[in-house]
Amino acid sequence: MPLLEIKNMTQRFGGLQAVSDFNISIEEGQLLALIGPNGAGKTTVFNLTSGFYQPTEGTIFFDGKPTAGLKPHQVTAMGIARTFQNIRLWHDMTVLDNIRISQHYRMGYNIFDAFLRTKRYREQERSIDNTAWEMLEAMSLKEYAYERPKNLPYGLQRRVEIARAMSIRPKLLLLDEPAAGLNSADVEGLIKLIRWIHTEFDITIWMIEHQMKVVMSLCEHIKVIDFGSTIADGTPEEIQANPVVIKAYLGDDTI
Amino acid sequence: MQKHTFTIALFLSCLGLVGLAQYNWLDQYILTVIMFMGINIILSSSLNIINGYMGEFACGHAGFMCVGAYVSSVLSVAIFAKDKVFGAPMLPPDLAWIGFPAIILAGALVAALTGLIVALPSFKTRGDYLAIITIAANYMVISAIENMDIIGGPRGFQGMKRVINSMYDVADIPWMLIWIIIGTLFSIFLIRRFVTSTYGKGIIAISQDEVAAEIMSINTNKMKISAFMLSAGLAGLAGGLFAHVYGYVNPQSFSIMKSTECMVMVYLGGMGSLSGSVLSAIIFTVLIEALRFIIPEVDSLMHSIGILPDSYEISQVWKWVIIPMILFFLMQFRPEGIFGNRELPDSFPKLRKFYSFK
Ligand SMILES: Nc1ncnc2c1ncn2[C@@H]1O[C@H](COP(=O)(O)OP(=O)(O)OP(=O)(O)O)[C@@H](O)[C@H]1O
Ligand SMILES: [Mg+2]
Repeated sequence: MPLLEIKNMTQRFGGLQAVSDFNISIEEGQLLALIGPNGAGKTTVFNLTSGFYQPTEGTIFFDGKPTAGLKPHQVTAMGIARTFQNIRLWHDMTVLDNIRISQHYRMGYNIFDAFLRTKRYREQERSIDNTAWEMLEAMSLKEYAYERPKNLPYGLQRRVEIARAMSIRPKLLLLDEPAAGLNSADVEGLIKLIRWIHTEFDITIWMIEHQMKVVMSLCEHIKVIDFGSTIADGTPEEIQANPVVIKAYLGDDTI
Repeated sequence: MQKHTFTIALFLSCLGLVGLAQYNWLDQYILTVIMFMGINIILSSSLNIINGYMGEFACGHAGFMCVGAYVSSVLSVAIFAKDKVFGAPMLPPDLAWIGFPAIILAGALVAALTGLIVALPSFKTRGDYLAIITIAANYMVISAIENMDIIGGPRGFQGMKRVINSMYDVADIPWMLIWIIIGTLFSIFLIRRFVTSTYGKGIIAISQDEVAAEIMSINTNKMKISAFMLSAGLAGLAGGLFAHVYGYVNPQSFSIMKSTECMVMVYLGGMGSLSGSVLSAIIFTVLIEALRFIIPEVDSLMHSIGILPDSYEISQVWKWVIIPMILFFLMQFRPEGIFGNRELPDSFPKLRKFYSFK
């Protein structure tokens, strides 16, 4: 059974068909990429997968269960975490709190436990805290625990955002252009980080990325979309040699 | 031990206050002002949950206060006093002091449920539009009560003094002061525990990026319900206490003007700062009372030096020029309020030794 299976997914915004008849089947443990020119509909595919939009047509199955009708927080609780193309951290709280709060779905206590500071509250808060510190440690962010993301350099913010997504302990991690805005040294670091997360946490990663260097060195499989439609599917070598892809990117020197 | 210095000092000063009141070393007027301070602390810190921590803009806080005030007043008169409408007391009045907290909490509970009027639309509505809904909710509550003749309609409702008096018959201690101290500490305690838990911090995440909050597994709708109900419930608690201090309630005391007072206190203290809310409520109460004396002084001064014609008098209505003016200058020169979103020990780290307030 595939981990994520999307069938005939279409998304319209008024007259605009942002995604047309999108199909994908992702197996557990894969690391793959979704690429395409600007405005192709890549982010929209992620927004649909994470439950932020309900598809106009088609179905999404995660872990064998349909996600139709679920709210984003419920989809996330099933094990899909993501980062955003423009970093969307909670900029005015500490890095530590960012990572604590994103464990909300398995908080396991209610408002009255919080008022009364019950045993359950204390145990759960301790476990949330432990997970947060483990994650900070694993992602080498410990020294920034009490910093606010807005005061951190861009590269670190990206790392914090990935750490925040990972604190959800997802089965599937969606990364929307993780290398955007990074300098070349940071990009090297990011490639290592993603590879490390993939093996260390044994999870499935699906990423959108413009920088071919990142995609080529990480992904075993690439899907290309343009104007919402899939135009190619294959290994990095096949994609690079595919005339349709080259045409779609013509004039776009990122490939 | 040192960690508890603050808690102990707070407890002792409350006890001291009750002692002063008990032996009549405090002027009745000063005592009333202190009681209003407590009520204002509850109002500003509870509104801060929404306008500060959650980053919404609610302008109808007095509506919930009104619900709490009326529900608890009607209950206490119906249960513990002889009344024209409600007849003989249902329970012996000398039990009033035991029943009183339950009555106030019942008022708070109904106010919390009324909070749903705002909480449910907040799922889809934000910002200016939600602000309009909160104003509408404020008006809805007031108009509904004005149209209920059985509880006095626009003339108001009274009889709570009789209930308070039956408490004095049981024991001659400053009951209302004690209830207000308990209510204020209780409210701060709840809010503090709410906003420092991972659960409650969900609303801070909502204020900073709601989309990220929802996608990062926070049930934003549920958090909004919790926040609005807690905020409205505590406003209702403040309303119940307010009604019993006065012994009389009138729908117009809970108009948009009262809501504005609550907002001034929140923005004066700092959005998302509990210590800010407490401090600004104290400053604000003192200021309002001071104006009571300052305005007539200014009036007679201006008349004596002949700036004002005899036919014109500076009345207390000028309060409503001065309060909005505070807001005006605040937004111009220190929009983040006294504390910003920080707490007292963030600004004075040395204080941290003396308190652990989790
Ligand atoms: N909520 C929305 N309402 C209307 N149109 C939208 C909405 N979201 C996306 N679109 C449109 O859908 C198309 C695809 O957008 P999308 O953000 O998915 O592209 P993308 O492939 O991620 O592009 P980029 O490389 O620039 O990030 C664009 O034309 C965009 O304007
Ligand atoms: Mg995009």
